[in-house]
Amino acid sequence: MRTAYRTRLVGAVDRDLIRDTLALGAASAVVGLSYGAISVAQGMPAWVPIVMSLAVFAGGSQFLAVSLFSAGNPVAAVLGGLLVNVRHLPFGLAIGGAIGDTTAARLIGSHVLIDENTAFTLAQDRPERRRHAYWLVGGALFVLWNLGTVAGVLLGGVVGDPDRFGLDAAFPAGMLALVLPSLRDRTTRISAVTGAVIAVAATPFLPAGLPVLVALLGVAAGRIAGAGRTTDVSRTSGAAQTSDIDTTAGTDEVAAAGKGATR
Amino acid sequence: MTTLLIAIACLAVGTYAIRVSGVLLRGRLVLPVWLGDLLPVAATTLLLALIATAVFTTAGELSLGVARPAGVLVGAVLAWRRAPFAVVVVAAAATAALLRFAGLS
Repeated sequence: MRTAYRTRLVGAVDRDLIRDTLALGAASAVVGLSYGAISVAQGMPAWVPIVMSLAVFAGGSQFLAVSLFSAGNPVAAVLGGLLVNVRHLPFGLAIGGAIGDTTAARLIGSHVLIDENTAFTLAQDRPERRRHAYWLVGGALFVLWNLGTVAGVLLGGVVGDPDRFGLDAAFPAGMLALVLPSLRDRTTRISAVTGAVIAVAATPFLPAGLPVLVALLGVAAGRIAGAGRTTDVSRTSGAAQTSDIDTTAGTDEVAAAGKGATR
Repeated sequence: MTTLLIAIACLAVGTYAIRVSGVLLRGRLVLPVWLGDLLPVAATTLLLALIATAVFTTAGELSLGVARPAGVLVGAVLAWRRAPFAVVVVAAAATAALLRFAGLS
């Protein structure tokens, strides 16, 4: 009976995951639509946004690169785009374990490593749910982002400004909903909030991509602030595991402990 | 055409190299416990910085609009009250869209 309950619970969780993925995926498709349309409007040949969505698959760097291409500066487009994408390296370090155990899975899975599945994966507490979240969100957004791009190229000028539909608020809100549970941990909260303030304050002075990276200075602040309260923090996260499922940052150790506790 | 193709290839290969190096390093390195604990904190810090810059800056400048922060705030409150994720996303978009429709940017 307990096993049946667990199975039903897992099934329900996966349905929720699919629904959440589709909510973010729909928004992603519409942003892809505007990316395709804007690229063509800026004078790019149709293949440019389509190939970039397939081969680069990182929205922020793609928008930046297209505007620099049309300004006649391909070198800046490459360097600027790579700088915007550097954050994926620490993302891979943090959640790379969720992708799979085989080298093939890691090589293929790396291509769909994006902000959205990093956030979804961090929000899961068990290894198998982390793997589902990574591949489901990464795969669905890859397909929808690319379909959106092609549609945008085909529709061109018919596509309006996606901000009119509030999509510029939808993405931060969705990501914030995913990050919120991790912020219950004091060290994480101090690190992240300090980093966010640094990033916003640095934005007018640094090239795109760097402000988000200097936010990592916030991690030092979190460590200093958390250093005197190590026992407190571990007690809090321990309590969170048993009382409430999606509350911890979900390191593999925590995930393993959570799995042990439910069995 | 050739320049564009080379530039896109460089961006694609470089981006993949960044992604795969983090993922493969994670599998190879035996990290000390403190560093292993710090990685999710670092990832969350990067994500919140990304969110904050998306809300409060536009094209490299601080932006003091109303519609976008208000939409995100509505989404954040709903998320905090444990509303379903889809509701958070749709409510944030709808709030920003309605405020813009009402003439507030």
